[in-house]
Amino acid sequence: MTAIPFVSVVEPPRVRETYLNATHTLRSWLLTRDHKRIGILYALTITFMFAIAAGGAALVRINLLTPTGILDEPSMYNKAFTVHGVLMVWWFLVPSIPTTFGNFLIPLMIGARDLAFPRLNLASWYLFVISAVLILAVLFFGGLDTGWTFYTPYSSLFSNTHVTLAVTAIFINGFSSIFTGLNFIVSIHKMRAPGMTWFRLPLFCWALYATSLIFVLATPVLAITLVLIGIEHLLRIGIFDPVLGGDPVLFQHLFWFYSHPVVYIQILPTFGVASEVVTCFARKRPFGYAAIAFSSLAIALIGFLVWAHHMFDAGISPYSGLVFSILSFAVAVPTAIKIFSWTATLYKGSVALETPMLYILGFMGLFTMGGLTGVMLATLGLDMHMHDTYFVVAHFHYVMVGGGVMGYLAAVHFWWPKITGKLYSEFWGKISAAIIFIGFNLTFFPQYVAGYLGMPRRYHSYPPEFQVYNVLSTAGASILAVGYILPLIYLLWSLKFGEDSGPNPWHALGLEWTTPSPPPTENFEETPVVSAPPYAYDLQSPTAAAVT
Amino acid sequence: MAEDLVIESPHSLVEHQFEDRFQQKEAATLGMWTFLATEVLFFGGLFVSYTIYRHQYPEAFRQGTLDMKWYLGAINTAVLLLSSFFMALAVRAAAVGSNPKIIRYLVLTIVVGSLFLCIKVTEYYIDYRERLVPALNFSEARPREDELGGFTRTFDKFDEWFDSHVSPPIGKAAVRPRNEQLFMLFYFIMTGVHATHMIIGIAVMLVLIWMAHRRRFSAEWHNPVECFGLYWHFVDIVWVFLFPALYLLRNP
Repeated sequence: MTAIPFVSVVEPPRVRETYLNATHTLRSWLLTRDHKRIGILYALTITFMFAIAAGGAALVRINLLTPTGILDEPSMYNKAFTVHGVLMVWWFLVPSIPTTFGNFLIPLMIGARDLAFPRLNLASWYLFVISAVLILAVLFFGGLDTGWTFYTPYSSLFSNTHVTLAVTAIFINGFSSIFTGLNFIVSIHKMRAPGMTWFRLPLFCWALYATSLIFVLATPVLAITLVLIGIEHLLRIGIFDPVLGGDPVLFQHLFWFYSHPVVYIQILPTFGVASEVVTCFARKRPFGYAAIAFSSLAIALIGFLVWAHHMFDAGISPYSGLVFSILSFAVAVPTAIKIFSWTATLYKGSVALETPMLYILGFMGLFTMGGLTGVMLATLGLDMHMHDTYFVVAHFHYVMVGGGVMGYLAAVHFWWPKITGKLYSEFWGKISAAIIFIGFNLTFFPQYVAGYLGMPRRYHSYPPEFQVYNVLSTAGASILAVGYILPLIYLLWSLKFGEDSGPNPWHALGLEWTTPSPPPTENFEETPVVSAPPYAYDLQSPTAAAVT
Repeated sequence: MAEDLVIESPHSLVEHQFEDRFQQKEAATLGMWTFLATEVLFFGGLFVSYTIYRHQYPEAFRQGTLDMKWYLGAINTAVLLLSSFFMALAVRAAAVGSNPKIIRYLVLTIVVGSLFLCIKVTEYYIDYRERLVPALNFSEARPREDELGGFTRTFDKFDEWFDSHVSPPIGKAAVRPRNEQLFMLFYFIMTGVHATHMIIGIAVMLVLIWMAHRRRFSAEWHNPVECFGLYWHFVDIVWVFLFPALYLLRNP
């Protein structure tokens, strides 16, 4: 009888069980159904793909150092910008925040033990990996030269590169996107904890919900379009073939029906991150919670109705050009509402300039710039001059890198302590945020100027008068590269040497911060009950406001 | 106490992330409907393209329609509706938790669904003999009677007899318009994608039959059967739109 208490006394003090140390085998990671581990698997995969896509960008920038082009063959240049575009869009920007932070955070934020379909979640990662292997096989076999847009009839009838394999990879990648979006939609609808009403939902979840709608409704149209392209490339005959009376512009319509909304897939999650970070570091409720929430949905909806602004000079009628131009202006309204809401949230807040906040402030400036030049490009008459120039390249890099990548990095720095339980070096965090901001502007601002002066995109060589802008841009790109490598170093360093963060180093609000860091496998010991509105920073005690 | 023993423990059927089986069932159903929404957009891309081209080349597409065996399409529509009927019975059997009946009705669904695919393949064969397959043997000139083979000629004779009895005359062109290839491409891609969905469906049904054989389903838990029923009916509905679009728009 006495043996039982005796045994419990000699037992050594146990390390708290977390999702990271619950099991250790490789098998337990590869067969995990835990949304947090799947988020990590995704993070590793997309980081790897980002590196390869960045390599494509490096080739492009090196080639453009001289007006005649440094790469020997123009076709090599075509392959370099194609691999950069295809990999960045489908293997980094589209999955970036949703598959990593969406996976990790949505169940924690809504107070659930996991997403609704954990097996489907794991399956979608495997599909993603398969698609990544296939697209890397395309590179291995000699690349792809169509540009990421696959315009017909070049891609279908003339290109001798591996179009069919590439579209197969993107098709499978699309299934991964659809399953992720489906999982989020169902989880947000059905898995919310008691008391977590729609208007108590964190704005990150609203943003991911809008993103998921686009995943689910736009991706299938790309899928069928790619099937048609693949068939046409394989058989050298198809429904976009002008010889049969087929219409290449129809391809552009179908392609942009997906590929315009997809830019909102790339930016809406960043909006979600911004709402979380701005409220936390300004210690205020968001200005206009409902406005931010509904503007996400409005962007998703209107985003479906603006696709032909990519085709103003493709021979569409002036009337349809007019309609798409006006609708494209309209999408600026909900976007501006968000920027104004965050600005008003900062107003009179006690703003702490920690690393995540620096990234978000950078994002707000760069994204505003990218957005306003977007309005310029949506203007029918102006676009005729700007179309296919570096002005467009600069515009979408300000939106996608200045928006999407900055948001991703903000999320990495904001939730790093939650995910790993460690603190990174705040000093190096700030340094690298500054380097990225400087490098980014030096890379892409000269491209605005070169484009405005008429430098066309996608050419291997260019007139000598544009050289100064291209040299500046390449110099900026190398600074940007340093800015991307630094976080990799100090974040990995923090895993081993970083201080323990405690559950909530930012004193942030939200259910995810009520769990220990890193969270246990089951997230919550008991299903939490929510009884208060979100972001009640104004009700927090003053001591909590002193951010460490 | 006796009552407690009769009731199955709900927790054995509920996955760990759900609170109870009602939440689990609602999530499963919403997930399936969301997936079907993606399917609508997937086929939507094809239907939109088809409509645009049909509008652009009305006569070529009509000539393509005239080359279809509408009666085989009509028989197939009936066959597919019958398979959906058996699917509905299988879902009903699942709702009352009868595994043997689930197996019986799913087998019937598979048999009737396979009959659909057989008739479809027969049509493809006829199209091949008639030289209607783009990239393989499409020719603007119609094949001579002796090139058709006895099987295909029977259908051709019936077509001739039928078309000579409709008024106004349908005006089948002696030489096929070049753009008819576009119609044939749509025909093969759309029916091919539809058939692929059916083959995947039949594979899933084999898994469901195996599960039912292991007595996995009960009145409390039968989400896979119910969700698969939605999928199968959806595939059926796609055909209900494909059939008139590809077979029935015959009048000038």
